[in-house]
This record gives sequence, structure tokens and C-alpha cells, in this order.
Amino acid sequence: MSTLEIKDLQVSVSTDDGPKEILKGVTLTIKDNETHAIMGPNGSGKSTLAYSIAGHPKYDITGGTVTLDGEDVLAMSVDERARAGLFLAMQYPVEVPGVSVANFLRTAKTAIDGEAPKLRTWVKDVNAAMGQLNLDPTFSQRNVNEGFSGGEKKRHEIAQLELLNPKVAILDETDSGLDIDALKIVSEGVNRYREQEGKGVLLITHYTRILRYIEPDFVHVFVDGKIADQGGPELAEALEANGYDRYIKANAAPA
Amino acid sequence: MTVTDAARESVTSGLEQDKKDGHLSVSHLNPPPSYDLADHPVPTGREEIWRFTPLKRLRGILDGEASDASLTWDTTLPDGVTLSTISQAEAREIGELAPNDRPSALAAELSGGARLIDVPAEAEITEPIFIRLHGESVDDLVWSQLVLRVGKFAKATVVLMHTGSARYSATTSVLVGDGATVNVVSLQDWDDDAVHLGRDSILVGRDAEVKHTAITFGGDVVRLNANVEYAAPGGSAELLGLYFADEGQHLEHRLFADHNQPKTKSNVLYKGALQGEKAHTVWIGNVLIRKVAEGIETYEENRNLVLTDGCQADSVPNLEIETGEIEGAGHASATARFDDEQLFYLRSRGVSEKEARRLVLHGFFNDLIRKVGVPSLEEQLTATVEDELARNVLRAGQ
Repeated sequence: MSTLEIKDLQVSVSTDDGPKEILKGVTLTIKDNETHAIMGPNGSGKSTLAYSIAGHPKYDITGGTVTLDGEDVLAMSVDERARAGLFLAMQYPVEVPGVSVANFLRTAKTAIDGEAPKLRTWVKDVNAAMGQLNLDPTFSQRNVNEGFSGGEKKRHEIAQLELLNPKVAILDETDSGLDIDALKIVSEGVNRYREQEGKGVLLITHYTRILRYIEPDFVHVFVDGKIADQGGPELAEALEANGYDRYIKANAAPA
Repeated sequence: MTVTDAARESVTSGLEQDKKDGHLSVSHLNPPPSYDLADHPVPTGREEIWRFTPLKRLRGILDGEASDASLTWDTTLPDGVTLSTISQAEAREIGELAPNDRPSALAAELSGGARLIDVPAEAEITEPIFIRLHGESVDDLVWSQLVLRVGKFAKATVVLMHTGSARYSATTSVLVGDGATVNVVSLQDWDDDAVHLGRDSILVGRDAEVKHTAITFGGDVVRLNANVEYAAPGGSAELLGLYFADEGQHLEHRLFADHNQPKTKSNVLYKGALQGEKAHTVWIGNVLIRKVAEGIETYEENRNLVLTDGCQADSVPNLEIETGEIEGAGHASATARFDDEQLFYLRSRGVSEKEARRLVLHGFFNDLIRKVGVPSLEEQLTATVEDELARNVLRAGQ
């Protein structure tokens, strides 16, 4: 079982004009076998939520708690969070020159499991994961994210999701910049992951398109650093039809 | 005489001088080669070519005392390769490249004779020629003169390894015949107190391909010049370097690609890391594109990774261009700390900070190590980089 519990999370970043509050009290619980979609306009704080949970040093947590199966996530270092079972598929994965995908994946797997994977099964697993995501076998020899197309970067993120197999996956705009074929391939990967028992998914997106392939159990509308509305998959359909205007206007109205 | 006349006269004599050398012009950044010690006075430290070097730490090498001390030589010479000793006069006769700074001029003057490594024309030597040079003590002052001669259409790899300690000043000429392919690697793995002033000059024959790699880990002060010039059109040179400066070390690499022939190429890539208080690296990348050098292509790049506070990396690319009729000329220089986004990405996959740093640094040098092109050295270089890291970056764990 796995439960990611976010309570009243408040986050700010430092700017030249002093700290700027981005998340203004976010409460959200992701339980076993649940997929939560977070939707919202640009600048609403969706990515900040993802990076704050993963522990990016740019964000200052000013209030609230995040726990994974009762453990205090905010007290953990970035790598401890990953080893505890959190995974963040990034919108803009970072290039690591000179480090091959094969070396990177093996190093990560070893870190997560606390021991090196058995060579024989590991190579098979890597090749299978690459194959399912339509990545060429020579892909493993390339340097991490260096010269990858937008689609390759995202497929590589999902290959990592499948190989590292965390408890809870946070997908930050994994659909952005993908054509429809790549979107299907990536969605199938996410679905293979969440078909397993006890996995949670927090799927952050701007568009409803990906939700046709990865059906969420819950949809949360994010506006100005807070959850403005929530409901089931039908909420995504309403957003598809009406957009975010209603929420943005409501938010802009004087309190 | 008016100032204008004086200027005109100096320009005229400059042109005559150039004609005499078969060159149309001179570099403003690099003194012309000369055996005459009077042309290479004891530097004050203000000269363009000396301004980065800590003269006081050279342990008097530049005074030019005579000495017959030498390093011990241990060589692996594949079949077909010969090693002999020749006189200084003979070295000049076979076309050794004249010294272009005081230490190399002193080495040519005081060496007592040159060693000649000869690879005959058309010989294809697959195994590397290893020259292991070892010094016993920094008290020993060693002058050395070396000529590597590779005949037409021959192929050879030469690896020079420096260990132990000495006050070592060496002038080396690499004479590459037409159509030859030569790979020279100079590895400086000195003890902490060694001082090494070296000059490698390479003459690239028509359509020949040369790779020269300087790898510097050890020594108190190491200052190396790698110069390239061309005997005819069509030659290409790749100059690579890897250095890792620890606390207190001064590691200086000076490159000079003199495009004195048309249709020639030079490509420079030096990468370095620094860690510890007063670790200092200097990279000077000089390129001269002479008027005759139409259709040439040159690119130079220097990257430094600063791993701790208190280090200094100087990086100066200089491009002198006397013709615009070229294929391309460019340079890049970047000095940075660890990239926080890279470290975050790796750590978000469960990799500890220490391991993430190791991986990033390994990656930083990895492409260069692969380019060196001597498989038997690659593993050793990777291991040495990791040893260096273990000394500081990985210990801190911050």
C-alpha cells in the first residue's frame, strides 16, 4: 500500500523583490491505485507542486506537510525521497553529458534497490522497457538526454518510471510537446505501471488530451496556487468544453 | 628620425624578416622562434606569455644553470621504431622546430644532445610507443631535447609518461611526414613538488593527421606549450587536453595553432577540473590565420569545472585573423561549478549526492578520454580521475 498525503502545503521562491508565495495551502491525498490529475492554466503552480514534493532546492516550504506512508517526506533529501518511493517524470529532463543512458539507469536502479541489479535480467528488462516505448536498442549508448528529441526525452522518462517502479509517480506535463503517436506510447507505459497493485499517480497537465489515454480517478483544478475545484473524470470534460476562464475570473474577483 | 619613420622602418624590416622565413606575417601574441638566448630574456612576469606563470615557484630553472642530470628512460619500442641520440646540430639539420620561449631555448642549448625517435616512412606501427620518464628528486635540474620523426604515410602512437619529481625543461619536436597519422599523448603524473616546463611543437606534413593530448594531474607547477604549424596544405591537427588541479597546483596549458598554409585544420578541446585552495589552471588558446591560409578551419574550446571554493581558472582564447577567406574559425570557453539541475535530476532518481557528483565529473571527462584514442590508457585515465575526485569532492559530501 502507498499513500501520499499533502496537507496545507505552502511554498515560496525567492525573487529579487523578496520571497514570492506560489503554493497557498494545497491539500491532496493520493491513495493506493488512484490516479489524480491536476489541471490548471500556466503559472498556477502545478509544476511547483511537483518539484516541491521531489525536493528541488529552489523552493522553500513555508508551511504544511507531505508524508508518504506516514513518513515525513519534507525531512528527506532529494535522493532519500526517491529511495522512499517517489518518482518525478520531468517536463524538461536535464542533459548529463558523457553519461550513457545504460550507466545512468544502472546507477539509479542500484541506488533505489540498495544493490546492483542482476546483470542478465537487468539487460533484458532495460531492452524490454526500451522496446515497449519504441526506443532503439542503441538508445542506451547515448548520453542522457543529450540530443534527444522532445519525444525521446519523455519516453526515456517513462522508461525510467517502469524500470525504477516507484510507489507514487508524479508526471509533470509528460504530454507536452508530444505528437499523438508518442502520446499513446507514453500513456501505455504509464498504464502498464499503474495496472500494478498499489501504485499512485499524480498527473499534471495543461490539456485534457492525455486524459483520454490515462483515465484519472480524480481531477483537481489548480488556480493561483490552490485547488479551485475537484471532482471525477467528468470535470476534465467540462474543462475541455469551457476552459479555465470561469476559475480565473472567480479567483480575480475581490474576496 | 621621426616616430613615423621608425614605425615604417620596423614594419619594413618586419616584412623582410617574414619573407626570409617564408611567412607573410608574424603573430602579435607569440614571439618568433629563435635559438638565440638573447631573444628570450629572463622574464619579469609582465610579458604576455609569462603573465599567468608564478615565476618564483619555478625553482630557478629560468636562470639556465648547466646540468647533466637526466630522467630515467624506460621505453617500449615496437618493431621498426628506433631510438638514438643525436647532437644538437643534427637535431637542427633534420628540421627540429626552433624554441619559442626561454625554457625551450635553454633546453636546446643545455641538453647536451637530443634523443631521436624514428618511425620510418610507410611503417604502420599498431602498438603504442611508450616512453616512461621518471625523475628521482626535485633537486635534479634536467634539460631535455627530443625529436619524434614520423615518415611519410606512416602511422604511429607515442605515449610519454612523466612520473616522480624533477625540475624538468624539455623541448620536443614532432615532425610529421606527408600523409602520416600520428597520435602523441603526454601524461604528467608527477609528484607534488615537480616543476615541468615543456614545449611540444608539431610540424604537420601535407594531408597528414596529428592528434596531440596533454594530460596533467601532478606537479607543483606544470607549464606546457603545444604548438602546431604546417609544412604544406591539407594537414589537420587535433589538440586535446585534460587536467585536474588540486590544492596549490599551478597547471598551465598554452596552445598555438599557426595556420601558415592553406586548407589546414586545427581543432582544440581542453577540459579541466579544479579543487582545493589556490588550485590554479591557465589555458591559453592562440590561433593565427595568416594571409596565405585561405580555406582553413579552426575551432578551439576550453571547459573548466570548479569543484570547490578558492580555485582560479584562467581561460583565454585568442584569434588573430589575417584573411577572411576561410571555412570557419571559432572558439568557446566556459568555466562553471557543478550544475545544480544536473545534480537534482540524478538525485531525483535515488542517486546520492556524492555519486551524482562522481557521475557528472566522470561524464565531463569521459568524451575527452574516449577521444584520446589509446585504449590501453583509457581505463587508467578514468581511474586517475576517480582517484583525484576521492581526494576532495567526494570526501566533503556537501
